[in-house]
Amino acid sequence: MPNYQLSHLDALEAESIHIVREAVAESENPVILFSGGKDSAVVLHVAVKAFWPARLPFPVMHVDTGHNFQEVMEFRDRAIESIGGQLIVASVQEAIDQGRVVEETGPRASRNRLQTEPLLDAIDKHRFDMVFGGARRDEEKARAKERILSFRDEFGQWDPKNQRPELWNLYNSMHRMGEHIRAFPISNWTEMDIWQYVRRESIELPSVYFSHRRRVFERDGMLMAESPYLTLIDGEEVVEKTVRFRTVGDMSCTGAFESEATSLDEIIEEVAVSRITERGASRADDRTAEAAMEDRKKMGYF
Amino acid sequence: MSELVRIATTGSVDDGKSTLIGRLLYDSKQIFQDQLEAVEAASTKRGTDYVDLALLTDGLRAEREQGITIDVAYRYFSTPKRRFILADTPGHIQYTRNMVTGSSTANVALILVDARHGVLEQTRRHSFLTSLLGVPHLVLCVNKMDLVDWSEDRYEEIVDDFRSFAARLDIHDLRFVPISALQGDNVVEPSQNMPWYRGRPVLELLEDLHVGSDENLIDVRFPVQYVIRPHRNEYQDYRAFAGSVAGGVMKVGDEVMVLPSGFTTTIAGIDTYDGPVDEAFPPMSVSLRLGDDIDVSRGDMICRPHNQPTYSQDVDAMVSWMSETSELRSGAKYAIKHTTRTARAMIRDLQYRLDINTLSRDESAGSLALNEIGRVRLRTTSPIFFDEYRRNRQTGSFIVIDEATSATVGAGMITGEAA
Repeated sequence: MPNYQLSHLDALEAESIHIVREAVAESENPVILFSGGKDSAVVLHVAVKAFWPARLPFPVMHVDTGHNFQEVMEFRDRAIESIGGQLIVASVQEAIDQGRVVEETGPRASRNRLQTEPLLDAIDKHRFDMVFGGARRDEEKARAKERILSFRDEFGQWDPKNQRPELWNLYNSMHRMGEHIRAFPISNWTEMDIWQYVRRESIELPSVYFSHRRRVFERDGMLMAESPYLTLIDGEEVVEKTVRFRTVGDMSCTGAFESEATSLDEIIEEVAVSRITERGASRADDRTAEAAMEDRKKMGYF
Repeated sequence: MSELVRIATTGSVDDGKSTLIGRLLYDSKQIFQDQLEAVEAASTKRGTDYVDLALLTDGLRAEREQGITIDVAYRYFSTPKRRFILADTPGHIQYTRNMVTGSSTANVALILVDARHGVLEQTRRHSFLTSLLGVPHLVLCVNKMDLVDWSEDRYEEIVDDFRSFAARLDIHDLRFVPISALQGDNVVEPSQNMPWYRGRPVLELLEDLHVGSDENLIDVRFPVQYVIRPHRNEYQDYRAFAGSVAGGVMKVGDEVMVLPSGFTTTIAGIDTYDGPVDEAFPPMSVSLRLGDDIDVSRGDMICRPHNQPTYSQDVDAMVSWMSETSELRSGAKYAIKHTTRTARAMIRDLQYRLDINTLSRDESAGSLALNEIGRVRLRTTSPIFFDEYRRNRQTGSFIVIDEATSATVGAGMITGEAA
């Protein structure tokens, strides 16, 4: 009797492909969000697999804060070109220029929260009704409670207390005009699964994930990259260190940490012994309040 | 090779469930320093004198404010042999909906009893739901053995009691472990205090349960999800039918039948992005190329000519009701989603409501409210291709959707074709 059992990575991939196909089959106008981070790179990879040999049957959207790592922007363009994908950019700068959102001020100003408005505007403008994202349940406790297919009302809002039960592999994607669904195909993956999969599938990632020399300064226990978007506060001092990033977001809220890991093998080893979650280690945006993520999500954040 | 195993666990703080999960997570290094510190700080702030691990995943503001778990909490841990997804739900009867949801995909149910109290109403309810949802393995952890002086007699008494109850249920693989979650006996390490127990600790059991035959590998079922037509020069005439294998082992060259058309053809190829494969089995996501150019679309079912699912508009099912705002009644119309097919359905008859504590049937019941379970006869506007739920959880299940609100209001497990 042959062994009809999949490895955990194959089983997770099969589930994700099923979700992507189901969500696309039941929507009119899907789009995939792509930040250039490892999770969105994996979702994009899985989506390409789901429709092969056809091209990805929907565009890729980047919500651009204007405060990006140059390496990530270059990676974004390369990644989308390699699959023959179509890129849509929702620009925070544009929203600021048009007066639709107001730039935060002060040394801790970040454009992270400002992403929600241009995202919802773009969803509205392009009439997207299925929006794929790379959120995982293990990364943050508000995300731990979110559905794989998560309903958004006509204001883009999430109502955590009124979610549709999700059973078996049957997803309810029903929605009306103006409402949309956020789909999270890698909900059940952990950070370790992502790295193992990236290694197995040889998925390219931005170079900032790997150890490199960088000018940084310490703030709130994190090492922030020196950039035109961050103003030093008294006492903060820029020094050059060997660092890498564990998550990749806006430069103003993503912290690095000291690491010598230059290869996927070394990163996997590092993740295996790490005693701090990736968001705890590197995201200033989740530290503001215990329910910071939930509050942003209710407003329509990803 | 590390396999993916899904566990459903349910219960309250009192029976030591959080302590057990905490140990499994902590001992397999899945709780991180910053999470533990945050949970400790939050527990202290609330004045609880133990570290409440529910705070790890009870991330919603309302949950923390009220100190309750509203929902299914998914937790992840792994050992070198297996990667586990644990669906954790509160055990009270008002969370039946959540227990049903958490159990729907589980390979194994982990149920705890307090050795001092033995098998309670709640234990029986959880076990019944485990059986109803077709969870293939049940591990009953007799906890707090330290409080009954590690008594083998007490343990055997509880095991006998549970066995006689479980004989009425449909449970294929039943295991028992005497544990002390608090002291760690038989959780990860074998107990020094209970030398009379010759079995394995909980984690080892979870690592070794044979989940390879949990899926139906006999009846070929392939609900078509999506038709792939590349429109690319190098794939001019390529056409394949994408989906997840819901049953059986499909091989290249097999004769297959497409429903509802009834056309027969052969499997010309099984494609994946990583190249063609010779065979596909659950839960693989693949694309089938067929030997003949026949009309196939989403919602169709591919099977073997001599092993077809039931094809009918009249279905009997056990339905778990999940709506807070409306009740299921005879005559009501809903949408149902079954495999990749959505149909409209009318409730012809609510045959009985089941008391899930006593398993007695109330045939005079006129409706099903939130968390109630009953046997329902329904008629769909177009035929669906199904198997009995106990034979195939994929082709035997459906969800009920209220078309007015788009909400998922019920979950159905098909018992057969209605007369």
